Amino acid sequence: MRFSASVYVALKPGVNDPQGNAVLGGLHSLGFSSVADVRVGKYLTLDLDAPDESAASAQVGEMCEKLLANPVIESYRIEVGPAGS
Amino acid sequence: MSTKYAIVVFPGTWSERDWAAAITDVLGETAELVFHKEKDLAGADCVVLPGGFSYGDYLRPGAIARFSPIMEAVADFANAGGPVIGSCNGFQVLCESGLLPGALMRNRSLQFRCQTQHLRVERAAAPFTSLAREGDVLSIPISHGDGNYHADDLTLARLEANGQIAFRYCTADGEVTGDANPNGSRANIAGITNEAGNVLGLMPHPERAVEAALGGTDGLVVLRSIQETVHERAGV
Repeated sequence: MRFSASVYVALKPGVNDPQGNAVLGGLHSLGFSSVADVRVGKYLTLDLDAPDESAASAQVGEMCEKLLANPVIESYRIEVGPAGS
Repeated sequence: MSTKYAIVVFPGTWSERDWAAAITDVLGETAELVFHKEKDLAGADCVVLPGGFSYGDYLRPGAIARFSPIMEAVADFANAGGPVIGSCNGFQVLCESGLLPGALMRNRSLQFRCQTQHLRVERAAAPFTSLAREGDVLSIPISHGDGNYHADDLTLARLEANGQIAFRYCTADGEVTGDANPNGSRANIAGITNEAGNVLGLMPHPERAVEAALGGTDGLVVLRSIQETVHERAGV
């Protein structure tokens, strides 16, 4: 069965985010003074075949550990659903 | 007899010819470019992972290069005690592959920094800095956008305790200050070794400072230190 996965990769809390800080500065200079913090991350979408949703989720988790995220500095979150959803 | 240096070339590597010139023309040794698809290092005495943008820095610098076939041979060579030096993108590849701890992130300034940089030698030891003294200040170019070294507190404490910090960014007179830090690296770290000391990763480019005509020769301190160790290991 084919599934679609969304992977959100972000720098871990406490890891300095130079891009996030630059965007924060930009928002402040536009007058959005309410913004307290910005973190910039990555969003990846994958289509994959797996027997069921939990197997698909496990596969994507392994991909994150090995390649899609760097566990030294990044955390990730996975959402899996039927393809085309 | 000359010794052999394997220079690993990934798609997007750009410093391999500078390394080859430094090794052959200046050190008088043999350099062999080894393509990332190869599975062995052709009997090399030393491995160089040069700078550049392997695989276009896609995903993260070094993230995809680490899965190249040649990297298994590099890991075996390193684990057997062979000297491995990774400069710039090579440092990023070594961190991504787990041969060195920590990670290299976007420069704090978000700017690509290409400039001559002062480095303080933190550890004078074979194989990479045996010809230096601790506290020496070297002037060596940097050229990177992702050189911001990060390691968690525990890893950083371990690096300090084990003497794994090889170089720190500093002022001309050797002071390690925030202003002298070109990229936001924790503890001004410019280069580290593994615990055994035979794998060095550094953001600066020692191969670009090996002839007076290039603007300086401080990179030779590193290259000649390596050469000395390689000769000893090869019994030359």
